[in-house]
Amino acid sequence: MREIVSQVEHPHGPKPKRLTGSRIGIYGFVVMSCIFFLMPLYVMVVTSVKTLDQIGMSQIFALPSELTLEPWITAWSSACTGLSCDGLQVGFLNSVMITVPSVALSILAGALLGYSLSLWRPRGSNILFGLLLAGAFLPYQVFIYPLVRIYAYMSLYGTLFNIVTVHVIFGLPVMTLIFRNYFASLPEELFKAARVDGAGFWRIFVSIMLPLSTPIIIVAVILQVTGVWNDFLLGTVFAGQANWPMTVQLNNIVNTTEGTRAYNVDMAATILTAAVPLVVYFLSGRWFVRGIAAGAVKG
Amino acid sequence: MSQSQRRNLGSTLTIMPFWILVLGAYVGTIAWTVYISLTNSRMLPSTKFVGLDQYKRLFGMERWHVATQNLLVFGLLLMALCLVLGFLLAVMLDSQIRAEGVVRTIILYPHAISFIVTGLVWQWMLNPTVGIEKAIHSFGWANFSFDWLIRPETAIYALVLAGVWQGSGLIMALMLAGLRGIDQDIWKAARIDGIPSWRVYLSIVVPMMRPTIITCVVLMSLSIVKVYDLVVALTGGGPGLSTDVPAKFIMDFLFERNNIGLATAACTTLLILVLVIFVPWYYVEYCREKKGAH
Repeated sequence: MREIVSQVEHPHGPKPKRLTGSRIGIYGFVVMSCIFFLMPLYVMVVTSVKTLDQIGMSQIFALPSELTLEPWITAWSSACTGLSCDGLQVGFLNSVMITVPSVALSILAGALLGYSLSLWRPRGSNILFGLLLAGAFLPYQVFIYPLVRIYAYMSLYGTLFNIVTVHVIFGLPVMTLIFRNYFASLPEELFKAARVDGAGFWRIFVSIMLPLSTPIIIVAVILQVTGVWNDFLLGTVFAGQANWPMTVQLNNIVNTTEGTRAYNVDMAATILTAAVPLVVYFLSGRWFVRGIAAGAVKG
Repeated sequence: MSQSQRRNLGSTLTIMPFWILVLGAYVGTIAWTVYISLTNSRMLPSTKFVGLDQYKRLFGMERWHVATQNLLVFGLLLMALCLVLGFLLAVMLDSQIRAEGVVRTIILYPHAISFIVTGLVWQWMLNPTVGIEKAIHSFGWANFSFDWLIRPETAIYALVLAGVWQGSGLIMALMLAGLRGIDQDIWKAARIDGIPSWRVYLSIVVPMMRPTIITCVVLMSLSIVKVYDLVVALTGGGPGLSTDVPAKFIMDFLFERNNIGLATAACTTLLILVLVIFVPWYYVEYCREKKGAH
């Protein structure tokens, strides 16, 4: 997967000569695809600023005849999730409380383990790495029930500690993989010279490897922030109702409503939930592509 | 530097906690899951060993058959569509079009969005009384019908549609990287020989991109086996059980229907399925490469 990360950033295909029929075909296909991919975003945004009356009378693609921010305010502060009516702000805060420590801890753990496995290779490194990778590929369902029992036994089930540590456990394979590959790609002389000068395990990690890791840390942050924020399954099982992340709250707001559904509120809530990963995506640009290529094993 | 010089106390001590974590949280939990599936546990775990009874019950269940069939249909369609669309998009982006960066950003952004959000948006658009069907009616085409979501025999295609929207960007990105790793001289050679571009793509480029395509197929199969969030958000498994999938089957039997013996038997079945995909790929990707490169 390393060759994908170091992709060449220039078009390689046959050079176009002039505007021929096939060029028009290519642009037609590209434009159609862009419409397909943009349509849901457009519908979300347009619907979220319409009043319910407008939604009933017009169709989903129509522009709003008058703008209202009411659905956004409702979605944020007073939409009902089935249990309470405090809107998504609760879920947002929970997601922040879950994401920040999960991302920090899993990156630290992944960097440390990747560093050990790539440069020091203690006995059994390959077996440990193989087991970790296998873990990354298995459906979470295989681990869930015993983990629930273990946390319940320690009286930690359904706590913030529970969900954060579970994210660290399941984030570890991909984090270890990308740090291991990154450290292995650095010139080996660096490591040898430091050893000759008498630097030990921790000294080399803190003074040499970490300062060199900025690019891969950025990739890791992008991967983990989007991954943890978008998680639903682990959140429903391990976070406990008091800590339910935004994705779980959103699903409750939309899918458990009885009576007439406020589609405009639903769509505003949906955009709010997608906002953090989308901002990460649009700000990070090329880094995001590197991130998904490096972490593509996560699938 | 020899292996013995590399080894020191620091690294050995550092990976100890990780060993405990991996053996406890991965290996131990899997063993526990497999063990429960061999007992007659229902709501609470029991230690009474019943052999493969849970598996017999599982494979005799109508709902499990529906779930696995759905997974197969969903998986094959999604994979075929994503591969074709992703490859075509990558080829288009590689043929020196204007605003390539913008187009790439547009195609890939759904990948940043969660399955829950994806499911809810498509639920809204595919709802026949308020969504696309109504819009087309209001444009004047009164007989137009787009009601996949509410009909049991077509609801699975709604899942495929949402999955293609979310997933083909990733395939496009991987394919584009693969295309750009191909030697450019083949284009010069093809031009001298007067071979049309489409023929070059089909007969030369696609075979050369075999490793990329295999990576795409493996990655997609592994995420298809896990599909859960999208089903919960888009259809909730319905109408009826028409869009049930194994991952949802397991969650329902674990937490709502309190039949952990049956649920863990289903988990173990999925586990075996994933290993069948994973082990050959892991061997090719990591073990063979090591022999050649190092």
